[in-house]
Amino acid sequence: MTALVARGLTKRYGRTNVVDGLDLSVERGELYGFLGPNGAGKTTTIRMALGLVHPSGGEVRLLGEPVAPGVDLDVLERVGAMIEEPAFYRFLSGRRNLEALARAGRHPEDVRRRLSRIDEVLELVGLSEAASMRVKAYSQGMRQRLGIALALLGDPEVLILDEPTNGLDPAGMREVRGLLRRLAGGGTTVFVSSHLLAEVETMCDRVGVLSHGRLVAEGPPGRLRGGAECLRIEVDDASRALGALAALDGVDATADGRVVRATLHGSATAAWVNAALVSAGVAVSALVPERESLEDVFLSLVEEGRVPS
Amino acid sequence: MYRVELDKARRRWRTYLMAAALGGIPVLIVIAVKLSPPTPEASGDAPPFLLQIVRNGLFAPLTGLAVIQPFFLPLAAGLLSGDAIAGEAQGGTLRYLLVRPVSRPRLVLAKYGAAMTLLGILLLWVVGCGALVGGVVFGFGPLPTLSGTTLGAPAALLRILAAAGYILLGVSGIVAIGLFVSTLTDSGPGATVATVILGIASEICDQIPSLRAIHPYLPTHGWLAFTDLFRFPVEWAGMRAGFAVSAAYTLVFLAGALASFARRDVAS
Repeated sequence: MTALVARGLTKRYGRTNVVDGLDLSVERGELYGFLGPNGAGKTTTIRMALGLVHPSGGEVRLLGEPVAPGVDLDVLERVGAMIEEPAFYRFLSGRRNLEALARAGRHPEDVRRRLSRIDEVLELVGLSEAASMRVKAYSQGMRQRLGIALALLGDPEVLILDEPTNGLDPAGMREVRGLLRRLAGGGTTVFVSSHLLAEVETMCDRVGVLSHGRLVAEGPPGRLRGGAECLRIEVDDASRALGALAALDGVDATADGRVVRATLHGSATAAWVNAALVSAGVAVSALVPERESLEDVFLSLVEEGRVPS
Repeated sequence: MYRVELDKARRRWRTYLMAAALGGIPVLIVIAVKLSPPTPEASGDAPPFLLQIVRNGLFAPLTGLAVIQPFFLPLAAGLLSGDAIAGEAQGGTLRYLLVRPVSRPRLVLAKYGAAMTLLGILLLWVVGCGALVGGVVFGFGPLPTLSGTTLGAPAALLRILAAAGYILLGVSGIVAIGLFVSTLTDSGPGATVATVILGIASEICDQIPSLRAIHPYLPTHGWLAFTDLFRFPVEWAGMRAGFAVSAAYTLVFLAGALASFARRDVAS
């Protein structure tokens, strides 16, 4: 069974489609990165998936159950979520905030289960010490941690987190990434949105790139880069080097002074290029792989998304 | 959810601030009357209750109720109901309650129940403060009714509690209106102010003779009928009408709040 499915999901505000016929499918146990620049429709998608916002069209299902405002949302008992920044009652302590939300359920057994997990989740996010402080006095990082604790409170099967590492320092970010990996390893489905590539690249099994409300690319982070690899080669004689490379299959080369740039396709490798240059009598003083950065891929995907197809 | 709401109120300063302000009113009245006892000649425009306090401490809770009803009660009702949904939306906690999940109708009804419970407690608190301070300073005696008979102190206290109960039922319409307004906006103070203004405007309209035609339909119409409890025999007609108006406003605006909240996109 899939954890989260969207079919033709659309949200229109005025004349713009903030989410535009989105098709999405997240398998159980997967750590899925939902990537997109600010304003791409990530949060609106998440709000529709949690029954906070009415879709203008299409449908979304969580753990097989249809979700929309007004339908029975019992399935959310099995889901933990953080939507945009965390929000708490400022006049209550961290622990009392978790208690208030733990008690807010309908089923007594779920309430008991959540109440019994409060210490555990506070420990997990490193807030045990600060649990009795009023949230008013929390730093942004502490609020973020408490938000993650709240999402984990119900021991959810699906975790939906909107920019979970916002406001954390680098150590905190690494901690959270490690925590999410462990949860996914334990069978929890984790759906995490971000506008930071590096974040999802190091952590996710699969990444979907959202631009203007549409999914413009999807796949494992490695494959998202595209196949092309680029080499920056410094040589003594650029024109002889170009001649040697022209004879090779799957290599496109251009020269700029004594620097040659070669783009490799198919089975072409850097070692092969180097051997060809040396046997042609070209002195190679440097050969550096210049991988097209994910940043570039991302920006080009987003650019493409902007052009109406 | 209802219990969660009450628990939150219990840990909130503003609850105690309201209690202190409202409970202080009968106490202030007692102190003022003790320091400068009204004389029949000099009290031409003083409320008739005030004159009686010197003779009987039981008038303190009654005067307290009469004084908070026109202004402080709509203020408290507006704060508790107007802030109920809009305040959660403004603070961002609304989305976390809804994905817990708390169903939207349940949240609205819990907020209504909690607001009414707190107002009930505040009214009891006003009666309690008044009775305690009035009793200590002036002692208790039999209460003369508006019809010229008297009520023994225990019976009189029961009537005063009944008056508090009627006042609570009367404010229910304003609470429902406040909840409805609260589902329309993300601004807690905005919804509060709108509700308080509506309540007070209704009271003012109720006093303007040329608007007599609309008087029976105003949400605050019949609020003062609680004085009929102090007649012999009790005159029920005014209270029945007041209750009917309040119940009608409660039903219509609670239904409105449920409908508007069900349709709303929670994008805050």
